[in-house]
Amino acid sequence: MRNVLKHLSSKDKRGAWIAFVMLAIVLLVLPFFTDALFGRGWVRIMDFALLYIMLALGLNIVVGYAGLLDLGYIAFFAVGAYCYALLGSPQLGLHLPFWIVLPLGALLACIFGVLLGAPTLRLRGDYLAIVTLGFGEIIRIFLNNLNAPINITNGPQGISMIDPIRFGEFSLGKTHELFGLTFPSVHLHYYLFLLFTLLVIFISLRLEDSRIGRAWMAIREDEVAAEAMGINTRNIKLLAFAMGATFGGLAGGLFAGFQGFVSPESFGLTESITVLCMVVLGGMGNISGVLLGGILLVVLPEALRHGSGPAQQLLFGKTLIDPESLRMLLFGLALITVMLWRPAGLWPSNQRRRELVAENDAAHL
Amino acid sequence: MTTPTEFDVNLLELSGVAKRFGGLSALSDISLHIRRGEIYGLIGPNGAGKTTLFNILTGLYQSDSGRFTFNNTEYSGRCKPHVLAQAGIARTFQNIRLFANMTALENVMIGRHLRTSSGIWGALARTATARAEEHAIVQRARTLLSYVGIDRPHQTLAKNLSYGEQRRLEIARALATDPKLLALDEPAAGMNATETESLKELLLSIRASGITVLLIEHDVKFILGLCDRVAVLDYGKKIAEDVPEKIRCNPAVITAYLGTEPIVPAQAEIQS
Amino acid sequence: MDTLLQQIVNGFVQGSVYAMVALGYTMVYGILGLINFAHGEVVMVGAMVAMSVIHLLIGSGLPPLLVLLISLIISMVVCMALGYGIERIAYRPLRNAPRLAPLITAIGVSMVLQNLAMMFWGREYHAFPSLLPNNSHRLSGAIITEVQILIVLIALGMMGGLLLLMHRTRLGRAMRAVAENPSAAVLMGVNINGVIAITFMLGSALAAVAGIMISANYGIVHYYMGSILGLKAFTAAVLGGIGNMRGAMVGGLLLGLIESLGAGYIGDLSGGFFGSHYQDVFAFFVLISVLIFRPSGLLGERVAERA
Repeated sequence: MRNVLKHLSSKDKRGAWIAFVMLAIVLLVLPFFTDALFGRGWVRIMDFALLYIMLALGLNIVVGYAGLLDLGYIAFFAVGAYCYALLGSPQLGLHLPFWIVLPLGALLACIFGVLLGAPTLRLRGDYLAIVTLGFGEIIRIFLNNLNAPINITNGPQGISMIDPIRFGEFSLGKTHELFGLTFPSVHLHYYLFLLFTLLVIFISLRLEDSRIGRAWMAIREDEVAAEAMGINTRNIKLLAFAMGATFGGLAGGLFAGFQGFVSPESFGLTESITVLCMVVLGGMGNISGVLLGGILLVVLPEALRHGSGPAQQLLFGKTLIDPESLRMLLFGLALITVMLWRPAGLWPSNQRRRELVAENDAAHL
Repeated sequence: MTTPTEFDVNLLELSGVAKRFGGLSALSDISLHIRRGEIYGLIGPNGAGKTTLFNILTGLYQSDSGRFTFNNTEYSGRCKPHVLAQAGIARTFQNIRLFANMTALENVMIGRHLRTSSGIWGALARTATARAEEHAIVQRARTLLSYVGIDRPHQTLAKNLSYGEQRRLEIARALATDPKLLALDEPAAGMNATETESLKELLLSIRASGITVLLIEHDVKFILGLCDRVAVLDYGKKIAEDVPEKIRCNPAVITAYLGTEPIVPAQAEIQS
Repeated sequence: MDTLLQQIVNGFVQGSVYAMVALGYTMVYGILGLINFAHGEVVMVGAMVAMSVIHLLIGSGLPPLLVLLISLIISMVVCMALGYGIERIAYRPLRNAPRLAPLITAIGVSMVLQNLAMMFWGREYHAFPSLLPNNSHRLSGAIITEVQILIVLIALGMMGGLLLLMHRTRLGRAMRAVAENPSAAVLMGVNINGVIAITFMLGSALAAVAGIMISANYGIVHYYMGSILGLKAFTAAVLGGIGNMRGAMVGGLLLGLIESLGAGYIGDLSGGFFGSHYQDVFAFFVLISVLIFRPSGLLGERVAERA
């Protein structure tokens, strides 16, 4: 980003600033605009989109930068969410404030990440994939069954009546009047999530262009060579893994506070794969690509949900395929297609794009 | 001034190093020492154990027995590659292993990793220290790229460099780690005569800058013309270790390595 | 003690199914160095196809044993075709790509298979028709059904056959050669693509048999049955030493026993805190422990190498 700006002339620089300010304005008015045009339901979808984008950015550090395949990433989301839910709901009678519970959830997710990564990361990448896959399933088994003999997680029913996110007396769960405007709860969450998303983007960008980020990419490219160049690959990989887990836990806490309800159902393999799809489809290791992937994969399935039923009614007279399984089928196909024909994703990073061009040139010779 | 003892003169000492893979004995009872500031060659027919020895020196394999001392410190036990790199052994690979999708500059910058220390906090806050360090890394990497003679744009992806340039980039990356010992696994493989000649000059200049060089080569002419001392491996055993002139007419080497003819008579003489 | 013996019998039956599936993982790993993530779904498809065939034929008046045999053959053929397809689509084009790429396509294939199965056969649990007389025998306190006896016998038979194939035939020799050193095998005139395709097909055929066996044992099939079974069979392969065929067999049986004994006694051991629904957790802890303490597995030696 910095490098891009450096190469621009002062006129272009002003253009970049104008574009930046306009983008900021668009992001600020977006919830009002969406609310007026499509209804409040879509603002809620945007909130979820932001949460998923945060997850995708976290997973991008693990998969995109360091090249480690994590198939149970949603488990860290679950850890963050349940941490918030348990400490801020009537379930255990604890009502700790949001600013304690959220970092605690992120920290706990980080610890889980380290515990899981430490034994696996010295082995080949495939092992990490399968261990994380298993971990994702195990977390769900525990969440489902830790309701007896002592009721901790309330089992499959999940935990409800979770405290809303609250800054002092200002609760995000209620509608507020500010500056003469009405801010419903979903709008307030939108701004909070936007803030966190920007924070995660900022962290990702800074890390990408740093000594640590370079070490991650070196490991992704060739682990043996990276080690021979003096990189302590196990620690650096663990750092990526823990970092990704922390972001997952953070998003999980926000999710619990936003939704007011968590149950094991939200944390299945399907969700892990969805996040992975966002990263792969958009472009592994490229933040703009991941953002694009995240937006596409939240919006398209919604459109599918609303569109595929009626379309099938029209074509066949009945609903043959339910939208949910159609969605996962398409995700699976997308993973295959992208890997076979466009491994750098829909929006490859500048470097990757150059390399693709170079390969095409070579092919034409 | 006292005369340097044996202890100071030798950068690397191996005694009785052995390595087995299952039933196959890849190396047995290898003892050798490399002196500070020399160019040391390692030759031998295919499968003689040269690369295995290399992998032990750089921590990719663990030796089954024997002592391994580098720069007055013993590394005989289990030692990871990054620890040995930290100690000052840098290597290149027989089948080039660059970070293919990173730029030439970034490849060399990776080499600076172990001599720098910015962590997460430095990266996030872009502290003055971190920025200064980053600047120094870039400067050093640029210097090294031109030192090894890569004059392409430094943003070229490593995979798009020519074969000879890739070999040189690997050397630049290894040099970036500030090694005491630079270990090169067949650096001249696949190069034409001109490229080999300029590689030779590069290696001499590296040695002149005070770095000890260890070379594996197939090109006997190249190695005998360049090295101060040469060891010959055959079937995992060291069968000779001497100055090139003596190696050339060592009967054991001649029979084991090249059949009955003397090693490359005329041309090698001219070159050395 | 009755329950102890019963748990051992159950564990042995379950373990022979794991072993059959683990063989599929280990064969592919031995030859390509990759975990075939879609393998669990092949097991599921095998069970589903067999169920459908049996439903089609059950009213035709054919003897039950023949119906079972036909469904077994059809399901093996379908799975072999599936295995071949998976190799062609997900692995062959990416053989020289970075490791991450084939892992991701394999995940994609497994998602596609799972959701296609859900569309074909629905979300619900299906009863797997019982064709064999479900007589049970008492074995000094433990009960073992004829189906279970058959499962163990078939599994042992197939594993024995596989070992013979690997060590006594030209094909087996070619497979071992490719696993050892692909480029040298090519130079020796081995058709590497052919060998890899056959490996996938053999593994898939075993998966089909395993799918039918486990469905017959529990009397239930479900579109989601493949993923957790796949995970456990992979654990079994790692436990035995991945890439090692005897290891997969030993690992499978051992994991079956650990699970069954663990589930049987976890309630007593934890003072009633954990119940038997934590059965699925054991495989995971076995996996983690093996990876920490002996990553090369019980019989393996070639995992830890990375160079």
